[in-house]
Amino acid sequence: MLETAENSVNNDTINHGYFNCFVNEMRKNNKLIVQPRMGFGTVEEMQTGLIKVKSACAPTIGTLTIDSYTRVNQYDAARRALDSGHKLNGFPIVTHGKETTGKMLEGVMTRYFPVQVRHGTALPKEIFKALLASGLDATEGGPISYCLPYSRVPLEKAIQAWAECAQIFAEATTKGRLCHLESFAGCMLGQLCPPSLLLALTILECLFFKSYGVKSVSLSYAQGTHSQQDIAALLVLRKLAEKYLNDIDWHVVVYTYMGVFPATTQGAFAILAESARVTAQSSCERLIVKTAAEAHRIPTIEENVASLEMAFAVAQEARTQTFSIDEEEKQRLYEEVVFLVEMVLNLNSKLDLALHTAFIKGYLDVPYCLHQDNSNLSRCYIDERGYLGWASPGKIPLPGHLFKNRAHKKQVSSQDLLTMLQFNKNKYDGGHYDN
Amino acid sequence: MSKKILISSISSDSHTWNLVYMQLLIEELGHKAINIGNCITIDYLVKQAHYHRPDILVISTVNGHGHIEGVEIMNELKKHDVLRNLKTVIGGKLGTLGNNNESYVQKLLDVGFQRVFFGDKSVDDFISYVNEVKEQ
Repeated sequence: MLETAENSVNNDTINHGYFNCFVNEMRKNNKLIVQPRMGFGTVEEMQTGLIKVKSACAPTIGTLTIDSYTRVNQYDAARRALDSGHKLNGFPIVTHGKETTGKMLEGVMTRYFPVQVRHGTALPKEIFKALLASGLDATEGGPISYCLPYSRVPLEKAIQAWAECAQIFAEATTKGRLCHLESFAGCMLGQLCPPSLLLALTILECLFFKSYGVKSVSLSYAQGTHSQQDIAALLVLRKLAEKYLNDIDWHVVVYTYMGVFPATTQGAFAILAESARVTAQSSCERLIVKTAAEAHRIPTIEENVASLEMAFAVAQEARTQTFSIDEEEKQRLYEEVVFLVEMVLNLNSKLDLALHTAFIKGYLDVPYCLHQDNSNLSRCYIDERGYLGWASPGKIPLPGHLFKNRAHKKQVSSQDLLTMLQFNKNKYDGGHYDN
Repeated sequence: MSKKILISSISSDSHTWNLVYMQLLIEELGHKAINIGNCITIDYLVKQAHYHRPDILVISTVNGHGHIEGVEIMNELKKHDVLRNLKTVIGGKLGTLGNNNESYVQKLLDVGFQRVFFGDKSVDDFISYVNEVKEQ
């Protein structure tokens, strides 16, 4: 079914990047790209996984998820685990090296089946070097999104490391390989981060990449607790990407809910289908799926393929369905995100310094994030409609008119936190699901 | 009597919601929680344990490497005289095998963990354990 795509990709694919070209092509064809999370320790398993994703009945991008030793730069630990036959939770790209990785991708990665490296590393220079050397041209992360939630690395150091990595991609781009960098900041902590902060952070990270010469970026957004709010947020994100990134290639990637996942098969499929609908209806280009196994264990390859095919089918159908837009929420989010982005840009003409200052002063503050450079004074809550908002903005200087009627003074107990963390699980597993 | 409980993850695990939840839970039980966060290297964990001298050390991890790194942590703690008898427990998602994670429990108990918490009853079991320690 991808033959049309294959034939229509122009011959300059390599110059325009496998990843970048494929996204542009599918956008033209009005087809949603679906992508799994997938990583195996061994070459054989990883290659099998990629081949099966490639042959799914949907336009897919392959994923090479890196193991968590490599994520924290413990290459020796990854080596020991490989040597002793321990099952790793991802592909140790640095440890395997460029020849092994390149060979694994040979004949698998093509112009109509790009592969993206996903890693979660605050200091990712070795991964960037390894992926480029292996023939890959796309990855994701960012100085905030891969530092604050996932590491103990000082933010300043992560900003510096990501600046170097963005430069590595920019240099490869100048030499004729258009490399793609996705900002993961639309997914901070996976859940319970107010949408306005997610949007502001992913825009800021993309501006950061752009400032170092990256020419192809994606902005991310993780499915929240209400589809109306998600559609409003995604429409705002597209409008603002047009405003801030109109001189480079950009697209939006949506993530199926990343928090505590429904445990029943029907609940898991319902939330996946909802994410596909939201993505299609807001005209976003790419969706990272989850599977029905998510609540219980790492999914099998087959479960991933089933999710990819279902999400694509739902998305294609959703494009013909009518849907409503919460204009009030859209307007509110737009103002709030512009406020946050401009506030940071005005802190310093150098974005690196502005980002750092914003977090140190608490002007940007991710609720419940334990990182030492995050103030962790802001709090969020899920309102009676099921929308996610600020319970307290901490020191984030949000103007009163954006914040009014949203204050929620109650102290969050462990039970409250659990209830909020499990909001979607309960909503979808309970079967109380309105289309 | 209020206990001092040190909460830590393992070095390769970046998840934090489990740690935030454990902190709130422990505080509500009336104990002092010291949450040192995610991606904790063994070296840092040992230093923090030396510094705080907790009554209980709680290793909470959900990325599937708990069954490997749990053993490494315990072996390291045993090398330090003052930490050798520290009451240490581990819980969460300890392997990548879903329900088969039970197969790791004995290994972790053998190496010296006082309790291994997993599955639906883990929170209740943890509360009972903390209460038990209180009465000793």
